[in-house]
Amino acid sequence: MSSQTSISTEQVAHLANLARMTLTDDELTRYADQLDHILHAVARVGEVAADEVPAMSHPQPMVNVWREDVVTPGLSAEDVLAGAPAAEDERFRVPRILDGE
Amino acid sequence: MSADGQRSLTRSTAAALAAAIVAGDVTALEVTNAHLARIDEVDPAVHAFLYIDHEGARAQAAAIDAKIAAGEPVGPLAGVPVALKDIFTQVGIPTTAGSRILEGWRPPYDSGVVDRLREAGCVILGKTNMDEFAMGSSTEHSGYGPTHNPWDLERIPGGSGGGSAAAVAAYEAPLAVGTDTGGSIRQPGAVTGTVGVKPTYGGVSRYGLIALASSLDQAGPVARTVMDAALLHAAIGGHDARDSTSIAQPVPDVVGAAHKADVRGLKIGLVRQLMGEGYQAGVSQRFDEAVEILRELGAEVVEVSCPNFEYALAAYYLILPSEASSNLARFDGMRFGLRAGDDGDANVEQVMSATRAAGFGDEVKRRIMLGTYALSSGYYDAYYGQAQKVRTLVANDFAAAFDQVDVLLSPTTPTTAFKFGEKLADPVAMYLNDIATIPVNLAGNCAMSLPIGLAPEDGLPVGLQIMAPAMADDRMYNVGSALEAALVNRWGHHLIEEAPAL
Repeated sequence: MSSQTSISTEQVAHLANLARMTLTDDELTRYADQLDHILHAVARVGEVAADEVPAMSHPQPMVNVWREDVVTPGLSAEDVLAGAPAAEDERFRVPRILDGE
Repeated sequence: MSADGQRSLTRSTAAALAAAIVAGDVTALEVTNAHLARIDEVDPAVHAFLYIDHEGARAQAAAIDAKIAAGEPVGPLAGVPVALKDIFTQVGIPTTAGSRILEGWRPPYDSGVVDRLREAGCVILGKTNMDEFAMGSSTEHSGYGPTHNPWDLERIPGGSGGGSAAAVAAYEAPLAVGTDTGGSIRQPGAVTGTVGVKPTYGGVSRYGLIALASSLDQAGPVARTVMDAALLHAAIGGHDARDSTSIAQPVPDVVGAAHKADVRGLKIGLVRQLMGEGYQAGVSQRFDEAVEILRELGAEVVEVSCPNFEYALAAYYLILPSEASSNLARFDGMRFGLRAGDDGDANVEQVMSATRAAGFGDEVKRRIMLGTYALSSGYYDAYYGQAQKVRTLVANDFAAAFDQVDVLLSPTTPTTAFKFGEKLADPVAMYLNDIATIPVNLAGNCAMSLPIGLAPEDGLPVGLQIMAPAMADDRMYNVGSALEAALVNRWGHHLIEEAPAL
């Protein structure tokens, strides 16, 4: 039922931008089709679960977990930066944050 | 060592190896070397491993041997080799979660599971292949190429933990650790003729487990026998203060239950919604036969209805992508792994977008966008909100069922192992592989898959799923062990011994 496509390539491009992923035109077209297909399949969740049903976010009752306030060893800066794509002066080196115009 | 000697070590159970090593009949190093030789021999065809730690494994084994020689206490699985899914961090060992975005990353810390494996005396042989970030049912979504099913190299080994299941099925390791978010331990277990267990949520530490969907992810054992799975479960399970969802209670006595193997008087429920239509004929046939065996062994079998299970798959494919899209935000090319497009001119957002485009595979991108959509304003209530309500209804169905019966049974998967490429173009068809395994992840209770025979039409393994309530993990080991013993008695051997030579 491709005539009923409800996800446009523009919407996919918007989602990709929100998720910080640069997609090719081919990907935009393919994902629009596939996301539409998947969303049709999962929209069934709307058929059940009326207002009075509580939402469940987690299998366990979530409670705050405390531990004793004692110092435990952490990782050294050297160990952490060893896995970084770029490091400088014991810090992560990152690209510029602002556009410099 | 002779070829026969090597063969007998790699065919042994973990239980037998542990006993032989501690008794001094064989050294841990000999056992490790036998398994490394087996890996070198068959893994070019199977591709269960992404990284083989020859040197590290031998050093771990030699350290165990030194302890035993010195009369020092050793753990319950001292010297037993184990294969580790590449989703767990291990200091200094490449850890990719099957993704190109983490290629070459060597973690600076051990996961909780690795800590426990070391305490138990296990020897970690290497890291096993998986669908990228555990998203998939076939390992075809690994960034490093698929794993092949040892029963038929043209077929998928299941996923996401196809590497762990194939490693055990191909006698490359007696034990492996997997993770199960929607069936990623049990479904590979079913299609490779091995045993796979998803413990109760919170039963095994998630510390150092690269997160897919935090409210669903659970680590668990992969083995060739129910007893071996129990031994590994006991070793890796238990409280870890570094995981806030870790249950602060002792692990249920899974080893004792596997020894007990007695279903007399037990009430077993068959889930109406997880049988019949949509299940391959040979899967249904073997399932019915296994149920009949349990009845003959003295269990009372009834049918139960879990009407909302019908909606579990839909809810899962909203909840999982939602959590995954949030968890995978950490792969931004700044702190670890790949960075792309950093030409000195591009800004941080452009570099992030280029990095994620280059580092993530097709299925990961698809699910991240699905999750982003489900969580976005205007759609949240209709998708993620509704899915969370369905999750409550699924948990309620389990609660009502466990009021009537001790355990629930179903086939683990609708079909036996399919051929590569068969379901790649149709994501929804791929998702249907997990239709019977997903409800347990949503509710957070536990389940096991064990082999119950070969489907007559294709000669491939069929798995049976045993589901038990949260923190009643021992029940599935009791039932699984009883059924396994009856089947072995009938066949004269474990099913895995019928797998063709590689």
